[in-house]
Amino acid sequence: MTDTMTWERFTPGQRLARFAVYLGAVSLFVFSLSTVEIIPEFLYDAPYQLQDLFTRMWPVDFASYTQENIHDALIETLNIASLGTILALFLAVPVALLSANNITKSPVLNWCGKFILVSSRTVNSLVWAILFVAIFGPGALAGTFAIGFRSIGFCGKLLAEALEEVDHGPIEALRAAGAPTVSVLLKGYWPQVAPAFWGLALFRWDINVRESSVIGLVGAGGIGVALDTALNLFRWQQVALILLCIFTIVIIAEIVVTKIRQNII
Amino acid sequence: MSVENTIKGNGATRSLLIENLEKEYVKGKPVLKGLSFEVSGEETVGIIGPSGTGKSTLLRCINRLIEPTKGSITVAGQDITKCSGKDLRMARRHIGMVFQEYNLVERLSVIENVLCGRLGYIPVWRAWLRKFDQADINRAFQLIEHVGLGEFATQRADSLSGGQRQRVGIARAMMQSPDVIMADEPTSSLDPKTSVEIMELLKKVSSTEHIPVLINIHDVNLAKRFCDRIIGMSKGKIIFDGTPSELKDSHLSEIYGGEDWLS
Repeated sequence: MTDTMTWERFTPGQRLARFAVYLGAVSLFVFSLSTVEIIPEFLYDAPYQLQDLFTRMWPVDFASYTQENIHDALIETLNIASLGTILALFLAVPVALLSANNITKSPVLNWCGKFILVSSRTVNSLVWAILFVAIFGPGALAGTFAIGFRSIGFCGKLLAEALEEVDHGPIEALRAAGAPTVSVLLKGYWPQVAPAFWGLALFRWDINVRESSVIGLVGAGGIGVALDTALNLFRWQQVALILLCIFTIVIIAEIVVTKIRQNII
Repeated sequence: MSVENTIKGNGATRSLLIENLEKEYVKGKPVLKGLSFEVSGEETVGIIGPSGTGKSTLLRCINRLIEPTKGSITVAGQDITKCSGKDLRMARRHIGMVFQEYNLVERLSVIENVLCGRLGYIPVWRAWLRKFDQADINRAFQLIEHVGLGEFATQRADSLSGGQRQRVGIARAMMQSPDVIMADEPTSSLDPKTSVEIMELLKKVSSTEHIPVLINIHDVNLAKRFCDRIIGMSKGKIIFDGTPSELKDSHLSEIYGGEDWLS
């Protein structure tokens, strides 16, 4: 028989460090809870309020779908999402080329590209919408631009990553054949990133359908405007219909995108 | 093969002259230490040597995918080392290159991969819209037939086997109407039988196109069997340059080191 060997997964130092991390996490949670300032009366009241809201929403006011032009608002939402996605793709391509470090060799330009991508993403679509409503006035145009500018970051970043991950072999072969840079981009890079490009375009359109139904709250067109109006007028049955419409359209968009991705890519 | 192509190949212009070529990746540590040789006519030259001795660097210096540090490289009478920008692109069109990993654009068809050999000759908008010259398209089909892939012309490159892909790579290089073809380990990813077929094809290309072919190769026996001339490199220097029959075990032991493996 051999002597008893001791084995422990962590050293005492590591165990102490792990305990410190757990303790830190718990205290952070308790601290944040204390800053939320929960009012107990409202919290106890919540189930009753929820029930009340639902009774006021019932029955769903299906008649207003045509009467109050909710159908048109819904179509406008889809248009904003689609046009915004197309705008984003056009704007994202040059920025992606700028920030891919295997295509643009200058770190300064890469940094500029990445800066554009990050600024597009850090600004929320509602904030973009407020900005463009100020510029173009309320309506679908502002919404389209808001969706477009918001999506540059997402599309550009993913496209730049796809560009950076291409197989360098074919690129080298085309350069060795004396192809000009743009031809190398078209015949060497594009065929390799095309599946990723169409994939991210569809994915972004799916996201944009959801985003464009919200930006109407600040007047940037689409079903959000109808929702805002209905909320302000306490037409809860109409609110219920609009929420149902948004839900349906988002589900349909999701199904369509999944189907297309399965069949094309 | 097209008529004008044969006329153009008058031997004298289809040559490669390398003088005192040096390459340092890190200053003071040369990988290539003053190489000089000349290749012309329909010569098939096998470059042998251990891994890491600078064979690939040598080929990539010739078309300036890698910048040479010193020396001159003359292809068809033009000093490549003095070219830059557009001139370099124009010069590269006359140097065909075949790669170990084939380097095809996987998602394009065989015919389009072969037509990619013309990208240096056609404007960008034509490449974009796939408006290739009819003459180029005809020649591409001829070449695909020539390398034995007639029935695969419209298939995607990623549906082909290794040997077939390498044939496409060779057709693409020929499509450039080059003055010299360089092959960087063209058989290293292939099985022995396919390797022989590819070497036969390269040999045939040399004689039908009337151009010299430079082949980096690991397999000494293949090199001896198919090449008219062998250049043996070791530690960045040429230490053998002669016909396969002149290459003796003593040379091989000098190139690769040791002699136990020779039997």
